[in-house]
Amino acid sequence: MTTTPPSTASESETSDYGTHPGARANSVFKGLSTGAGALILVTLAAVATFLLAEAWPAVQAASGDHLGDEVSFIKPEDGQSLMEIIGYLIYGTLIMSIIALVIATPVSIGIALFISHYAPRRLAQTLGYLIDLLAAVPSVVYGLWGVAVLVPFLTPFYQFLADYLGFIPLFAAPESGEIFTGRVAMSAGIVLAIMILPIITAVSREVFLQTPVLHEEAALAMGATRWEMIKMAVFPFGRSGMIGATMLGLGRALGETMAVLMIISPGLTFSPYLLQPNQHNTVAGYIALQFPEANSMGVNSLIAMGLALFVITLLVNMLARWIVSRRSEFSGAN
Amino acid sequence: MSKRIDINNLNVYYSQFLAVEDVSLSIEPQSVTAFIGPSGCGKSTFLRTLNRMHEVIPGARVEGEVLIDGVDLYGKDVDPVTVRRHVGMVFQRPNPFPTMSIAENVLAGFRLNNKRVSRSEADEIVESSLRGANLWDEVKDRLDKPGSSLSGGQQQRLCIARAIAIKPDVLLMDEPCSALDPISTLAIEDLIAELKDQYTIVIVTHNMQQAARVSDTTAFFNIAGTGKPGKLIEMNDTTTMFSTPAEKATEDYISGRFG
Repeated sequence: MTTTPPSTASESETSDYGTHPGARANSVFKGLSTGAGALILVTLAAVATFLLAEAWPAVQAASGDHLGDEVSFIKPEDGQSLMEIIGYLIYGTLIMSIIALVIATPVSIGIALFISHYAPRRLAQTLGYLIDLLAAVPSVVYGLWGVAVLVPFLTPFYQFLADYLGFIPLFAAPESGEIFTGRVAMSAGIVLAIMILPIITAVSREVFLQTPVLHEEAALAMGATRWEMIKMAVFPFGRSGMIGATMLGLGRALGETMAVLMIISPGLTFSPYLLQPNQHNTVAGYIALQFPEANSMGVNSLIAMGLALFVITLLVNMLARWIVSRRSEFSGAN
Repeated sequence: MSKRIDINNLNVYYSQFLAVEDVSLSIEPQSVTAFIGPSGCGKSTFLRTLNRMHEVIPGARVEGEVLIDGVDLYGKDVDPVTVRRHVGMVFQRPNPFPTMSIAENVLAGFRLNNKRVSRSEADEIVESSLRGANLWDEVKDRLDKPGSSLSGGQQQRLCIARAIAIKPDVLLMDEPCSALDPISTLAIEDLIAELKDQYTIVIVTHNMQQAARVSDTTAFFNIAGTGKPGKLIEMNDTTTMFSTPAEKATEDYISGRFG
């Protein structure tokens, strides 16, 4: 470095310490990556603006309470204003997503732990690959499979639940006379659980694999069993990753349309009865169902529902970030 | 409780690869034994066979005996988890659990054995272990802060406190000062001198002055070449080893002619 020959003044105007060959490529790449970052913000802003602008007429009309005259699926005489429908739908969406999360999270984390810390390497790779394949199944196929295979399979279990745990409202049997079809929120939640399982598993597995060996050995060296080591070193390190994975899964569950639409017998209520048909529907399912026949104000109403879903998803994400950052002082990052 | 270790004809394998060949030696209770030798000579691998930590690596296995007060660590009914509760270990890089507070770090090992620890008992263990690791005065006002907020040398002493909180029979140290500055190193060395009254201490070090300063007995390991197994060349009183070693290879190594 110190033996660089002194520059000859006659060579050019730029000094030896001026530009270098990589400078142009560097600034081009900087421009590209900045552009890509900005594009995300622009897209998000465009979606938000679209939703707000298109939903506004419906929201305004709803506050004037004459929306029912223009939109066929909003019937004020049944007590269905736009806001009430949105309420029912968000309730249904959350119910099914929560069922999905409650089932999928422990199973996914179990599979991820098995792959990262228990299974022999070859088995782990195969299993990881199979889980990734699950993510590649189109949701319409899950819907078909749910209706044709899973629902008939589950119906006897529902009967059992209703018989023995029916005193809990969640598992109350359908009113007498109604047939036990199994096309209920519970079934949709279970199919959603299977659908979000791969993403939660894949993300948690990656996080678990990154646990510092240093911390794993610290736990093992003081006589922790494998499970104790996982509780001491792997989970604390992977906590924010697991929350992130769960939120990704929740995001998919909240927005899922096709499978839910195919499985559930829809209804609009705030009922807690997970085993009764005609009780729940999701925002996405409802929009897909009504969209083909909606007139212009109907479309605005549906977009208002979409806006509500967007807000919910945003809130979920913000909540997740807040949970992740709450104890950042104690995180593995420092 | 300090205990005696006898190793008889120990071979260490990683799958088919023989990493350490035919080591036999004895380690006295209440003493500090240093393992020295060039990188890759198997001294760390050998150290990890003393609490079965080498088994963490798939395919690692041993042949031979490691007797702690006459009990073979590789006997049929022996559970490696129990072995590690009796043979503590301190690692090359300080590794307190980043999500636990200083106090929780100290208690981490203790809680594995005792699910219910009363508040006063916990406070007592935290204080006595941190005092034992010469760290109490520096951290007593911030026991609820994360362990990772301490300096490297303090973190290493926290790890020692965590190891002695479960009152092990033996304390293994795998190059405990190699990531530390000289002042922190001195603090750890002073601590080792104090701890040997209660524990059998085995330390791997690259620093020969350190071996000369802290240990009573020194063992020199060497390797004939890449891919060859590491072997114990010579073991003797530290003073003898550093003044009049019996083997030429030992003399070459400690006088800095290679390695």
